[in-house]
Amino acid sequence: MRNNLAFAVLAVLCLSGPAAAQGYAGLGQSVEGYATVRPDTPLRFPKDHGAHPDYRIEWWYLTANLRDAAGRDMGLQWTLFRQARAASGPDEGWESRQIWMGHAALTTADTHRSAEIFARGGIGQAGVTRSPLTAGIDDWALVSADETLDQIRVTASGDDFSYDVTLVAEGPLVLQGDRGYSVKSDNGQASYYYSQPHYTLTGTVTRDGEAEAVTGTGWLDREWSSQPLSGDQSGWDWFALTLDDGSRVMMFRLRGTDTFSTGSWTAPGQGPVTPAPGGVTQTPHATHKTPGREIPVRWPLARPEKGLDVEVAALNPDAYMPMVFPYWEGPIRVEGSHSGVGYLEMTGY
Amino acid sequence: MTLSLLLTALLSHWRRRPFQTVSLLLGLAVATALFSGVQALNAAARASYARAESLLGADRFDEITARGGQAILLSDYIALRRAGWRVSPVLEGGSTVDGRPVTLVGVEPLSLPPGALGAGLVDGAAALTGFLAPPWRLFAAPETAAALAGADLPEIQVVEDLPAGTLIGDIAFVSARLDRPEEITRLIVGPRQKPGLDAVETIAPRLVLTPPTGQSDLGSLTESFHLNLTAFGLLSFVVGLFIVHATVGLAFEQRRPLLRTLRALGASNRAVITALVVELLALSTLAGLLGIIFGYLMAAALLPDVAASLGGLYGAPVAGTLSLSPLWWGAGIGISIAGAGLAAAASLWKARGMTILEPVGVEAWRGAEMRRLRVQRLLALALGLVALIGYRTNPGLIGGFILMGGLLIGAALLLPSGLAALLRHLAATARDPLRAWFWADTRAQLGGRSLALMALLLALSVNIGVGTMVEGFRKTFFGWLDQRLAAELYVGGRDRAEAEAIRAWLEARPEVDVLLPIWNADFRYRGWPVGLFGIRDHATYRDNWPILDALPDPWGKVSGGQAALISEQLARRFDLAPGDTLTLPAPEADWPVTIAGIYSDYGNTVGQAIVALPALLERWPEVERLRYGVRADPAMAETLAAELTEALALGDRQVIDQSALKALSRRIFETTFAVTVALNALTLAVAGLALFTSLLTLSATRLPQLAPAWAMGLPRATLARWELQRTVMLAALTALAAIPLGQGVAWILTAVINVEAFGWRLPLFTFPDQWLRLALLALVTATLAAALPVWRLMRLPPITLLRLFSDEK
Repeated sequence: MRNNLAFAVLAVLCLSGPAAAQGYAGLGQSVEGYATVRPDTPLRFPKDHGAHPDYRIEWWYLTANLRDAAGRDMGLQWTLFRQARAASGPDEGWESRQIWMGHAALTTADTHRSAEIFARGGIGQAGVTRSPLTAGIDDWALVSADETLDQIRVTASGDDFSYDVTLVAEGPLVLQGDRGYSVKSDNGQASYYYSQPHYTLTGTVTRDGEAEAVTGTGWLDREWSSQPLSGDQSGWDWFALTLDDGSRVMMFRLRGTDTFSTGSWTAPGQGPVTPAPGGVTQTPHATHKTPGREIPVRWPLARPEKGLDVEVAALNPDAYMPMVFPYWEGPIRVEGSHSGVGYLEMTGY
Repeated sequence: MTLSLLLTALLSHWRRRPFQTVSLLLGLAVATALFSGVQALNAAARASYARAESLLGADRFDEITARGGQAILLSDYIALRRAGWRVSPVLEGGSTVDGRPVTLVGVEPLSLPPGALGAGLVDGAAALTGFLAPPWRLFAAPETAAALAGADLPEIQVVEDLPAGTLIGDIAFVSARLDRPEEITRLIVGPRQKPGLDAVETIAPRLVLTPPTGQSDLGSLTESFHLNLTAFGLLSFVVGLFIVHATVGLAFEQRRPLLRTLRALGASNRAVITALVVELLALSTLAGLLGIIFGYLMAAALLPDVAASLGGLYGAPVAGTLSLSPLWWGAGIGISIAGAGLAAAASLWKARGMTILEPVGVEAWRGAEMRRLRVQRLLALALGLVALIGYRTNPGLIGGFILMGGLLIGAALLLPSGLAALLRHLAATARDPLRAWFWADTRAQLGGRSLALMALLLALSVNIGVGTMVEGFRKTFFGWLDQRLAAELYVGGRDRAEAEAIRAWLEARPEVDVLLPIWNADFRYRGWPVGLFGIRDHATYRDNWPILDALPDPWGKVSGGQAALISEQLARRFDLAPGDTLTLPAPEADWPVTIAGIYSDYGNTVGQAIVALPALLERWPEVERLRYGVRADPAMAETLAAELTEALALGDRQVIDQSALKALSRRIFETTFAVTVALNALTLAVAGLALFTSLLTLSATRLPQLAPAWAMGLPRATLARWELQRTVMLAALTALAAIPLGQGVAWILTAVINVEAFGWRLPLFTFPDQWLRLALLALVTATLAAALPVWRLMRLPPITLLRLFSDEK
């Protein structure tokens, strides 16, 4: 659910007046004319790896926990967002209603490098093709050899970093929520949401011209919707955990009048289990102050029915994304009843 | 004695002599007005260029364009983006809205570098949404928005800093409006690029990356014009100061008794000087304020002319609004105070040294005068040297102005010496004592009048110089128009099909002799815009084209396909001569051609070259084939034009006959020099005023010299007549001196400054009737200026003259 960021960014970018003034809460805006997310529409692959232009928003969102030859931890992020600024109109040519945005980041314990790109659709500067599957904006690309997400090569670069990594899926896709229908509030707002959390990664990252080989694990999220949040929700905290026992855990909470929290648990060789609401309920253990804001960087997480009682901590508390629409996104370490790595995204602070 | 008491006493002088007060205030105000008015004009024009240049960061960012002036394809843009280049597309094109020509500029806000589009016009979500999607939004300058009010356009948002006539919109809107969906004019290159990118040429071989020009094109192009204006402003200011000098001098002379009385009453010398300085400050501040108001009014009145001049000469768009900054006000008052101080320095110096019992009267003037003339001659010599050195070391435009300034001021400084020598010679030839006294006295007066005469000399010679230049240009330009516009009709199609229809229609007519295509490719040659025309080999060109310098048989060489004729501007700018090789940036590959000749191309702001039509079409197959010159029976031309317009339902600008085109060119020429002519006239008027006030001053100080002559029996009427004769004679001599000096100024203007400023050299003509007119004008001015003092002298009660003796003055 971290990826609701895209709702925020693109909604603020493209909605006018009062909606923009609401910031992340603007995602609760109802939008007429767009395709709606329904619980009875099953996801179909490989078709659904491609774009869904009639829905308002959509993303291809990869995060990965890396380790270099010296055993130092790092994280990378590669994201492509799509937003339709109108429910109808041309998708091709300068007048295309589609707008694309790319975010990329490379985070170590003491540095955080990031870049962003905006592009309009319809002219070939950004977009997604299905056969073979490619997603890209400018020179950033996510490229599959075929129509599936089974093996992908991902590249991106900024002023002071670049990466070129290959990811191979070691397990099946995970459909979040109810077979991909992911509820976001008690009022019924929802999105289509599936993940590929089972990637192993090899490749190269370059910092200030210095290239080094890395290995690690990756987690790709795909999500699309037209109205994902309820009007009172203003921010969220999202966790993706890759545990050493092979489990993949996703948890989020949406902060609003009432906190809405849910997630999923995928044990090795099994399908996902969506736990009852709860999971991210306790207050953070520690916060990190950056100019203008105070961000929680140490969280207690618990799933008593799975025996999970851990603390997650940011690898680099300064993993703030200084974008047009800023947020915090960075790698975390998991310690406690379970150990592992993961990614944390926080908005609205 | 308090300062306020002293001031009251001093100021009473101005109350009693309103004319003098007006003269002082007017002199200072006019000087300030001309100076600050010119500054305001320059500032308005420069602000306009800055707007045009900073539009989309053209002055700050690198730029990518297609070779040979062609359009960049959308696929080129995408290829660059996909290779990691941070570039942003701009599509520009001319269009009309309700019959008004506008420039449409389409931008892509999502990729624009930060700050490229002014102060955050489309930053922020709401602004962006309305901009890049229907119903769209456009940006335009206030006057453009006002002119287009009610037109069938999206909502226009007024933005102060945009150039006139320009509409900025989203590239989607503009490309649809111009019907150029796959085209881009240029790419703005973001200031930060990622390391390790492939070169632009490797990604898209048709494209070239060029750095920002640094200095604005328009700025450097029009620099000469502004220097010209500034020179005029300064000249007028100097001439205005002569007025002030005369008036302050007069007031000082008249207040000598008052000053002595004040000193006798116990005021210290320091207190008196302080009071004089305070008085001067007050008066000059008041005059400065007046001057700024006059200056603003003058600038507002002249701005349309200036805009027309700049548009005509350089194609520079200048918005018709003046803005007044606090700095401008401060500078105006400052220059007024500084000018007054400069003009009054001599008087204050005299007052400082004045003792209580100082005898009145003219000291041994001759010795003092000789010293002064010697100093002036030395100064003139030094100035001449400075001017020559300045020109030698700095042969450009600035050097030209230094040379002209040195020549003018040097000559003005030499004028009194020259006149004195002449008068000495004349005095030696005098046969009776009265005559001898007349000449000697004239010489004695020279000191007092020399400043006014110098002002007159400056104004007259600049007038002659500028007049000669403008008149010479007119003569050359009109002759050149007759040569250049040889075809009877000029026709143009709105698109290729219409142009084709026009061609077919005309070729079927028996009275049409030949159709001469006027097709051109536009590109930049070493950063400078050049139009390359392809011509059909025809007698129209061979017989009429105004060739300045050429190899033998230039037209034969051109039609051979490997040679070009180039315009004088292009030749001078890049120091090209016949026989040299010119490398034209054709789209596919560079194309070297031999320069067969150079022709004059007056009034063109960009470079031009001519090659054979087939050679042009071979390398630029995409040129717009829209326009033709038509050679036809001249008697039938008018009918032909009317029938063509009727038959193909053409617009009224699509068919232009030769005489209409010539008339249009002439009109542009006249407006171009309107501002020069206006400033010229103003300067002369100021010089007249200077002469007038200085004579008034003199008349007050003259009485002590005239009284003895009167006492010896010369009637007042005779004395008055002689006074008049002196004035007119000195003015006439000055006018005489102004003629060669003016011709020198004209030479500098045509041979140095024009060449630098416009890139062409005009032949130097002489216009004796103009000299005569100006000389007469000078004499009339002098007579008028002398009339009042002379009239006063004639009516002077004898008792006044007698009293001079009793006062020992």
